[in-house]
Amino acid sequence: MARTALPGRLTWQVTRVVEVTRETSSAKTILLDAPEWAGHRAGQHVDVRLTAEDGYQAQRSYSIASAPEDDHLALTVEEIDDGEVSPYLTEELRAGDDLELRGPIGGWFVWEGTEVGPLLLFAGGSGVVPLRAMLRHRAATSNRTPARLVYSARSLDDVIYRDELERVAHGAEIRLALTRSWPEGWTGHRGRVDDALLDDVTWPPSEAPAIYICGPTGFVEAISREMVARGHDPGRVRTERFGPTTG
Amino acid sequence: MEDFVVDGNALAGALQQRMGRDVTGERGTCGHCGRASVIAELAVYPKAPSPVARCPHCGDVVMVVTEIRGTVTVNLDQFAM
Repeated sequence: MARTALPGRLTWQVTRVVEVTRETSSAKTILLDAPEWAGHRAGQHVDVRLTAEDGYQAQRSYSIASAPEDDHLALTVEEIDDGEVSPYLTEELRAGDDLELRGPIGGWFVWEGTEVGPLLLFAGGSGVVPLRAMLRHRAATSNRTPARLVYSARSLDDVIYRDELERVAHGAEIRLALTRSWPEGWTGHRGRVDDALLDDVTWPPSEAPAIYICGPTGFVEAISREMVARGHDPGRVRTERFGPTTG
Repeated sequence: MEDFVVDGNALAGALQQRMGRDVTGERGTCGHCGRASVIAELAVYPKAPSPVARCPHCGDVVMVVTEIRGTVTVNLDQFAM
């Protein structure tokens, strides 16, 4: 059904899956050919809509994993128990399939490279996805702002973009915190992100870091509270949460 | 069954359809407890029938978003923007 596009409104567009690659046992990256895509800012989302044969529709919001400069729009999806959308994206979707989406969406959790101050990123699990877009954008634009990513994952096998982060790192300092298991001789952080690690990675408020925290709700709440307690301007602590409720 | 919760960033698409601009960085006041939040920080329960946003301070419902065949309705009775 054709609709007239109103100013500021989004329209659904059909993209074509170019490639689906496995990142971890539960996460896959989907590369898309999106001819109508008008570009995005690092950290933004898309809404993905699935339509069943009987017309039933389900939609969910996913972070964009690619930089604006990348050749293809990329989504990284972790299969979660949300019932409807992510199992299809991670298990059923194949190269050549169509995928309907709208975007880019959101202006809050966005880093454009024009912000003053170093870039301090905290990821819990698949919360690394929009932060990876920021690191790729920073590298693609030769932005010299110092950047650090603290990435908390259960084990090394659960680290999404592990190769890319270990080998390329996009000129950023990457600090992995493994919470449940680690290889023998692991020299990175063991256990949850704690005060000692935060002391080590956090620039002082006087340097006005731009802080982005994305991950499960408890992870995000704990770190954002701590950042504000350390004197960082709450307006520069940007957060994005997902995950099962605990209480 | 365990609930899956996200935050107001996930409502950006539906809200943009309704308002014609991104509002996730805007503040509002909870009609239950009177405390202010940025929309991006509301606790959002995205499952059917409609996404519901709750105040991150008191947990009461402040926003219900319904999207049916491209038409978005936002109930904002308890969130003063």
